[in-house]
Amino acid sequence: MVWKSLRTAVIATVLFTVLTGVIYPLAITGLAQVFFPWRANGSLIHVNGKTLGSELIGQPFTAPGYFWSRQSATSPFPYNAASSGATNEGPLNPSLADGARKRIHDLREVDSLNLSSIPVDLVTASASGLDPHISVAAALYQAPRVARARGISLQKINELVARETEGRTFGILGENRVNVLLLNAALDAEPSQSKGN
Amino acid sequence: MTLIGIGQIILYLGVLLLVTKPLGTFIARVFQGERTFLDPVVAPLERLIYRVAAIDPRKEMNWKENAVAMLLFNGCGIVFLYLLQRVQQVLPLNPQGFGAVTPDSALNTAVSYVTNTNWQGYSGETTMSYLTQMAGMTVQNFLSAATGLAIMALFIRGIARHSVATLGNFWVDLTRSTLYILLPLAVILSLVLVSQGSVQNLSSYASAQFLQPTADTSGTRVTEQVIAMGPAASQVAIKHLGTNGGGFFNANASHPFESPTPLTDFLLLLAETCIAAGVCYTYGVMVGDKRQGWALLTAMLLIYVIAIVGLYAAESAGNPVLNGLGVDQHASALNPGGNMEGKETRLGIGPSILMATASTSTSTGAVNSMHDSYTPLGGLVPLVMMHLGEVVLGGVGSGLYGMLVFVIVAVFVAGLLVGRTPEYLGHKIEPFEMKMASLLILIMPIAVLVFTAIAVVTDAGKAGISNPGPHGFTEILYAFTSQGNNNGSAFAGLNANTPFYNCTGAIAMLIGRFWLAVPTLALAGSLARKKLIPSGEGTLPTHTPLFIFWLIAVILVVGALNFLPALALGPIVEFFMMPH
Repeated sequence: MVWKSLRTAVIATVLFTVLTGVIYPLAITGLAQVFFPWRANGSLIHVNGKTLGSELIGQPFTAPGYFWSRQSATSPFPYNAASSGATNEGPLNPSLADGARKRIHDLREVDSLNLSSIPVDLVTASASGLDPHISVAAALYQAPRVARARGISLQKINELVARETEGRTFGILGENRVNVLLLNAALDAEPSQSKGN
Repeated sequence: MTLIGIGQIILYLGVLLLVTKPLGTFIARVFQGERTFLDPVVAPLERLIYRVAAIDPRKEMNWKENAVAMLLFNGCGIVFLYLLQRVQQVLPLNPQGFGAVTPDSALNTAVSYVTNTNWQGYSGETTMSYLTQMAGMTVQNFLSAATGLAIMALFIRGIARHSVATLGNFWVDLTRSTLYILLPLAVILSLVLVSQGSVQNLSSYASAQFLQPTADTSGTRVTEQVIAMGPAASQVAIKHLGTNGGGFFNANASHPFESPTPLTDFLLLLAETCIAAGVCYTYGVMVGDKRQGWALLTAMLLIYVIAIVGLYAAESAGNPVLNGLGVDQHASALNPGGNMEGKETRLGIGPSILMATASTSTSTGAVNSMHDSYTPLGGLVPLVMMHLGEVVLGGVGSGLYGMLVFVIVAVFVAGLLVGRTPEYLGHKIEPFEMKMASLLILIMPIAVLVFTAIAVVTDAGKAGISNPGPHGFTEILYAFTSQGNNNGSAFAGLNANTPFYNCTGAIAMLIGRFWLAVPTLALAGSLARKKLIPSGEGTLPTHTPLFIFWLIAVILVVGALNFLPALALGPIVEFFMMPH
């Protein structure tokens, strides 16, 4: 009985591997490439022949004239999209508070006039380390600084923020948010007195 | 807590309940060998598999034959997945040129996927070739889930039948689970995922120019962003449907290429719970009394909702450490608020805690936020959900048969208290059943606590800790809780990709799966042989609100009390250390 079962087990393993491990993923890949090729290949944005990045993957910014993304814990540099990950720091871990303090210091340093409290997503690191979004509050917090650095009116900056804001799905799922890379690319496309950095 | 957040929770629970009956009805048809609307497409494939693998679909087997078949099949899976990782460097579909996985990591991963745990010591996008992800991980995502469903079907028949020795045919239940239930749902879900932005390709990693160049830890300027690619959507779909949980990418379902939008997040959440809920209805159909299925689901959902509310309250309150620093943690339409460390902006608190609860209530273990960074009580909830033995919804199949073991214990204890002969659905509960049930309930806590104890007194165990204080202990407790319950989620700061954790973890996962599956089948075999006892005035009804609350009490007492001392040393101490 055992030998016959073993034979069946081996054959079944091979059959199911071919079906669910080769035919299924290749069929989905084929269908995806036919019906959603841009999405299936990473939602990449090309500008003037250069790949700017992916609409779904964030990038790091530190210049006053750009909106800053969330903190990223990827190694060895932030927003390393070949190695996703989080800080995994517990709530009492001193390095979590230190990281937040440093971030607050950096934000205050480039924008010493702004005394309002800082939205939490802007001082914490995301789960993926690749979060493409910041909250609307985090964008509005940074808008005066960006306007000053670029010599663009605050009203114009806020219009751009509103344009790049994505709402909750069906008005209920998820959070209202702003895509940082798209927003900064839109800023660069604006005529202005000074560039991002 | 916000109204929108509460709305998200209610919407999810509502949709879950809506799909329970149709899905459960369909699954019952699959396991009763009836015709389904998929027959024209799937039946020829099913017959082909039976013919090539020399399976006689009409042959009924007893519990031992089924257990042998299940063990041999899963053994083959472990060997195959181990070998695939060890030789991936010479096989095709490896555009990044990844080398062989180390022996201890390959062993841990092979056991992890075959046992439906999907604990990951490795990081997907820096370790595994596309072929390994497809023909290794994706395959076991299907087969470990189908194995769970097959064991469940055999167990249900053990309860539904009387005075027979056979339970059905493992091979048939395995094949039909895969072809009729898992594969069609995975095809639909993966295409929806791609339409939203999950990647599905075989290309090498893409390259982009940073808009503003950055610097790495050594200060070197970095101008290029390499973006990981691969056949992710097809694997992500089944990893949730099959309550597996092993991410294509290291960051799991928080990675925008696994789950790009709140909609995909919602669908993945639904996917990982819908089968577990549906099979409760299936159970009612197969034992000929739908009230029995609804009673089990009610007990599960009551615990589930309490956990969701508790976790939501803990995480939306935020981290008090940040309060004094001038950080705004108040939720509003513009600000997700709450404890956002290790969470994604597009999701915010509500969807994050829903996934955390669902993922640890079922044995999925997929995460869209990092549990290691949760507040103390926030991290306590996922731990407790696993400590209950993965019976609140639970893994596909394994959740229901785990719950039925608790039902048997509850019936037995109630019988002792009131002096009635314990019986369940016409089966007398006797010493053999209670021995098996006790074994099933005691093995998991012993495995979890013994391995945790070993890890905290050895240098190899302590070397993995990444957070100071009681949080570090919680990381270890969480690791063995997760592996011993075949969950797979982690307090991921723990550096577990070491020979010590890979080997101890593999043993914990094997115990958690097979040491439970075999007595479960033995129990089913014993129940099926019993003569039908007609229910009389002395019979304890097992569908009433009274029994549901009794069942919950038994689960909480047995499941939670085993772990209370350990929890006191970890998250509870940490809670009292927080600034208030």
